[in-house]
Amino acid sequence: MTRDDITAVLIDELDRIAPEIDATGLDPDADLCEELDIDSMDFLNLVTALHERLDLDIPEIDYPNLATFGHTVDYLTQRLASAP
Amino acid sequence: MAEFRMPSLGADMEAGTLVEWLKRPGDRVKRGDVVAVVETQKGAIEVDIFEDGVIERWLVEPGTTVPVGTPLALIGDGRVVGRTPEIAAAATVPAPAAPRPVQQPAVALPFEPESRARHPHASPAARRLAAERGIALDTLTGSGPEGAILRSDVERAATALALRPAAPKRLDLTEMRRAIAAAMARSKREIPHYYLSTTVDLTRALARLEAANATRPSAGRLLLAALLLKAVARALGQAPEFNGYFNAEGFQPGAGIHIGTAIAIRGGGLVAPAIHDADKLSLDEMMARLRDLVDRARSGALRSSELSDATITVTNLGERGVETVFGVIYPPQVALVGFGVPVERPWAFGAEITARRVLTATLAADHRASDGHRGALFLADIDRRLQSPETL
Repeated sequence: MTRDDITAVLIDELDRIAPEIDATGLDPDADLCEELDIDSMDFLNLVTALHERLDLDIPEIDYPNLATFGHTVDYLTQRLASAP
Repeated sequence: MAEFRMPSLGADMEAGTLVEWLKRPGDRVKRGDVVAVVETQKGAIEVDIFEDGVIERWLVEPGTTVPVGTPLALIGDGRVVGRTPEIAAAATVPAPAAPRPVQQPAVALPFEPESRARHPHASPAARRLAAERGIALDTLTGSGPEGAILRSDVERAATALALRPAAPKRLDLTEMRRAIAAAMARSKREIPHYYLSTTVDLTRALARLEAANATRPSAGRLLLAALLLKAVARALGQAPEFNGYFNAEGFQPGAGIHIGTAIAIRGGGLVAPAIHDADKLSLDEMMARLRDLVDRARSGALRSSELSDATITVTNLGERGVETVFGVIYPPQVALVGFGVPVERPWAFGAEITARRVLTATLAADHRASDGHRGALFLADIDRRLQSPETL
């Protein structure tokens, strides 16, 4: 899965949670939860959806890596690249 | 014979519009079954029934706005089953605001009263497909000879039905804002609030959550909110004067501990549906209920009992980063517990000053029902329970 594929999956899932916001126009360095008005339940749903779509469990301890859109894509790309 | 009535979904609801029947005359219903959908200021609400029985007949037809308490259907014991429902004339409502047009589904309901059926001409294939898809033939316009309904007409209707979004936009935020305005104005007008605040050391509670979540896949993880709700539910068991309603007869304790959980709606607005018998739930059950409730609140699919019988409200504004909540009680309830965001602070722990994660818990309570002394004990009890999270 390429970085572009991962970005597309992330945008798709963010659209599901915050349909009124165009996730393609997000500032990659802005705080994701603030930009999209995501609460802890939304965030848990996002992590769960990414787990299902990418077959990648994101432990709670890694949540800080998902603070911005850019960091999230970086993190997912790295994790998927190192997956067996 | 019992009557199934338009429920009151909050102190300020005067009327509701019947949108759709989900059961038809002759159907057997059990307590808790969803029988109808009603449009209110809080969006479209699924109305569940409080008793077992058989729907004898409908008294109100979809699209009708009736005052709270109006009988909507007759429920019998099943010995006399009415198969010729008579639809009552629409009751006129002295509506406080102009009644809004009901959003009818693109394709009319499959459960049309039989007395209104006009046995349209239709091909056998069309009848078969309509029966399979649950589409009433008399809601369709036929394109065949003499207006006969063809299979293609049913197919078109079935496609239109399938294209309806899975989670229809049932919430009307303008109406919701109006309902919040009415309830909060009444609260500030009538309820003599008093406010208490305490800082809770959350280090142990968060450590317990982190340990539990470390071994769980994301779908099974717990949120702090579930733990906080449990602590409140348990503490309410020892503080019944904060759990119930205040009405003309004074304070009435609640029949159970049903915690209204404030849930923000995207685009503005708020609902506080109840988690029933919260004191009897395990932590995992609490989390599952919370997840389900947030999901349904945001897609506009709450049940009437969830909106009508909360005995206290808990709000978790810490989600939005604030440290302290000064709550406004939702009438006729008598208390609201607020939690802020957990923050790291220097904290005297034993003989040392260390960094601990703490949270501000507040109580807004009705001074007609309780005094500050009892409120302080209640808040302190919530704190104490959060210090032994393994017991929650």
